[in-house]
Amino acid sequence: MTSQSRLAWLMNDVAGKRLMAIILAVIIVLPMLNLLVPEGSFFHVSSYTIGLLGKYLCYALLALAVDLIWGYCGILSLGHGAFFALGGYAMGMYMMRQIGDRGVYGNPLLPDFMVFLNWQELPWYWYGFDNFFFAMLMVALAPGILAFVFGWLAFRSRVTGVYLSIITQAMTYALMLAFFRNDMGFGGNNGLTDFKDILGFSLQDDTTKVALFVCSGLAVILGYLLCRYVVSSKLGRVLVSIRDAESRTRFIGYRVEHYKLFVFVLSAMLAGIAGALYVPQVGIINPGEFSPINSIEIIIWVAVGGRGFLYGAIIGAVLVNYGKTFFTGAFPEIWLFMLGGLFVVSTLFLPQGVVGIVQQWKDKRAEKKALQDGKAGEVAS
Amino acid sequence: MIKQYWGVLLVLLSFVCVAPSWAADEPEAGASLESLLSELTSSSFKKKAKAVETIAAMDDERVLPVLESMLAGDLYYRKSDDKIVLTASAESGYQITDVLTGDDLGVVGKRDVKKVATNNSLRKQLRTQIAGYKLLSKKADIRLAAADDLIKTPSPEFLEVLQGAIAKEKDNTVLKALKVARAVILLQSESEVDRIQAVKDMDGFANKHTMAMLTALVQQNEDGSYVEPSQLVREEAISVLKGLNAMETWYKFVEDLFFGFSLGSVLLLAAVGLAITFGVMGVINMAHGEMIMLGAYTTYVIQLIMPNQIGASLIVAVPAAFLVSGLMGVIIERTVIRHLYGRPLETLLATFGISLILQQLVRSVFSPLNRSVITPDWMSGSWEINGFLSLTYNRLYIIIFALMVLFGLMLLLKKSFFGLQMRAVTQNRSMASSMGIRTGWVDAMTFGLGSGIAGIAGVALSQLTNVGPNLGQSYIIDSFLVVVFGGVGNLWGTFVAAMGLGIANKFVEPMAGAVLAKILILVFIILFIQRRPRGLFALKGRFVEG
Repeated sequence: MTSQSRLAWLMNDVAGKRLMAIILAVIIVLPMLNLLVPEGSFFHVSSYTIGLLGKYLCYALLALAVDLIWGYCGILSLGHGAFFALGGYAMGMYMMRQIGDRGVYGNPLLPDFMVFLNWQELPWYWYGFDNFFFAMLMVALAPGILAFVFGWLAFRSRVTGVYLSIITQAMTYALMLAFFRNDMGFGGNNGLTDFKDILGFSLQDDTTKVALFVCSGLAVILGYLLCRYVVSSKLGRVLVSIRDAESRTRFIGYRVEHYKLFVFVLSAMLAGIAGALYVPQVGIINPGEFSPINSIEIIIWVAVGGRGFLYGAIIGAVLVNYGKTFFTGAFPEIWLFMLGGLFVVSTLFLPQGVVGIVQQWKDKRAEKKALQDGKAGEVAS
Repeated sequence: MIKQYWGVLLVLLSFVCVAPSWAADEPEAGASLESLLSELTSSSFKKKAKAVETIAAMDDERVLPVLESMLAGDLYYRKSDDKIVLTASAESGYQITDVLTGDDLGVVGKRDVKKVATNNSLRKQLRTQIAGYKLLSKKADIRLAAADDLIKTPSPEFLEVLQGAIAKEKDNTVLKALKVARAVILLQSESEVDRIQAVKDMDGFANKHTMAMLTALVQQNEDGSYVEPSQLVREEAISVLKGLNAMETWYKFVEDLFFGFSLGSVLLLAAVGLAITFGVMGVINMAHGEMIMLGAYTTYVIQLIMPNQIGASLIVAVPAAFLVSGLMGVIIERTVIRHLYGRPLETLLATFGISLILQQLVRSVFSPLNRSVITPDWMSGSWEINGFLSLTYNRLYIIIFALMVLFGLMLLLKKSFFGLQMRAVTQNRSMASSMGIRTGWVDAMTFGLGSGIAGIAGVALSQLTNVGPNLGQSYIIDSFLVVVFGGVGNLWGTFVAAMGLGIANKFVEPMAGAVLAKILILVFIILFIQRRPRGLFALKGRFVEG
């Protein structure tokens, strides 16, 4: 096998390559415009914009995770917000421990909310989170383990389609109720907040913000490459066949549940990483992130962008969230009308999303061109 | 369980039917009652006492209001003609009514009437005489209420009246209450025998008040001596208390069960419409919760339209909510869902979008704040079965209502021509179409039916929770879980699942707290679906795969 064909999965993906190039350009140019160009200048990019785009990039990674299982394996998870939030909580716990004795109560060991609740010692599951690498491990492992247990149970007993969607929704709902409880030791209603710094860098600094933004961009690019690699591999082919005809794939002899489990866990881990990058940029994580409506919103990003294209998910996440920022600011009353309408329109008229439309338009043009070329050829002969 | 419940209802019903037959009797004593009343205008308390005694001895419906208002100091007489009247404060003077006939005699000045004065001994006489009159009333429920009053406010002056009443009483329930009323008084008696008898009489009588008295009896004072000096009485009290405690535990259990049922009925109401749209049609209707919300708002609007008939407004709201939500359902089906059959995941997304739109619509029209829906009188209050068990009427009605909706729906599906068409389309669309059934029309009507039922559920829920734009969201997940848990396409399954979850929730709650109970139930359902992916009662046959 030549190196050419070994990288074919990447080389053939023209649209993906272009999008990655754009993201790469954005995470190189914007930080420079933010840090190097003086504030009054026309070309200056504010830290607010950087933070906003950083948030979008996290959403994009999350949408990518959902597209991987929904677009390529037909698993419609209505609980991916839970994996996102778990990753976020793992990161939040790390940053909580970093506060140390700078909290309101000045307790070197316990976070403020535990002091407030009169807790005497750190719960066992908070141990180790003062170590950055352990925390990062948990960012991927916590959602991964939950997805593994949940998926192992669900796929083995062949819970599919709507039923799976509904129990994933129940899962995130149950987690939301659980995290709202003060006894859980995750800050209850208020969640984790008041973060000071990450790896010793203050979260208030523009440089830290920019670094997080760049990390998010890199995470999206790496995540995209990983997902693209997975779906282009032989395993990816099996996933698609599971999506299109699960029973047939099983009867041919593939262990459907193993494939599903693998991709489900991978997707959950990606979602967790997205959550971990999200939390330091917005500065808070609370149980609201688990709410079922958030998970459904992720689905709509993917549906609008184009299910089953990977890069479509990224485009959809950025587009819808930009729309959300714009409309909730300019016309708060009509945002829900817009979002609702978007759901209806995209399911009725855009089965393949924005990307699908572009694709169709391109195909048509190519067809026309081919037809014209054919005619021209005829005339010439 | 259900059968038992219907039994209780039947007994209640027969009681209501029989009661009025006692009402009409003996008008001839009326003349002398009027003449006796004029004696009350006398200034001599002796004369009045005599008159009261004679009045109390009379067998007349109208005696009680006279005596009670006299005790309360509301009884006056008109100076111009010495007519005895009932007064109520009005803006200028008193609003007076004829005490015997209840006729409105207009408003008079404060100087025009004079109070029928009473003194201490007369009031004491009135109290015993009222108690005695009630205790000898022909209506068992009045006698029982009087006995209950005496248990709450024991006083030795009633002892004699009670003895008399006990001797005459034939009804066992009332007899027991009377004996307890006597026992409460006798418990203070000097004689040990009387006290033992009193404690024995309290055995098996469900009343928190007497239980507290017994518990107090066996307590120790600060110096170590017992409140009750006699060892025998204490032992008796302990054994009686044991029985009462067991009884209280049992009734607590019954009450929990009732709460569980009512919780289950709420779930059932919310889920049964979904059982149609999701179970029968395979459409994941995320806007189902908003159909419930529309029903609740319809109730609110109806109450705005008819503010003077709150009692009737709910009755009107039921069909109105059915129409509003049903119509909305038909519109949604015709415009959106029609294009999405066979793609359940897409219907989920589209209907979710619709739910967002409806929520925002309600927010824009009615404001984002909660609206208050008034509870009519006939739904407030509670049914006191005994001292340990009382069932609130709103929960009782919700249970009955939920069952009525369920059975009505079952009848419609099983017995009507529309139900037949509906089942035909569900089972084999193309065959049904070939037989001349307008499948598109049936689809629209079925979806309308499911949505309409959700609207009806909204009317019921408006009595239990806040009516706001988020009302639907709080029920949607629960509804789906109930339908999936029960088995899709099976109304009985929905019923069993709703009741099971309601009762389980109620019984886990005291052990784990409300939120944890909910989480445990959710986890249980998630695990249960792993074991039986198609719910409790799965449909069998090959069409389930389709």
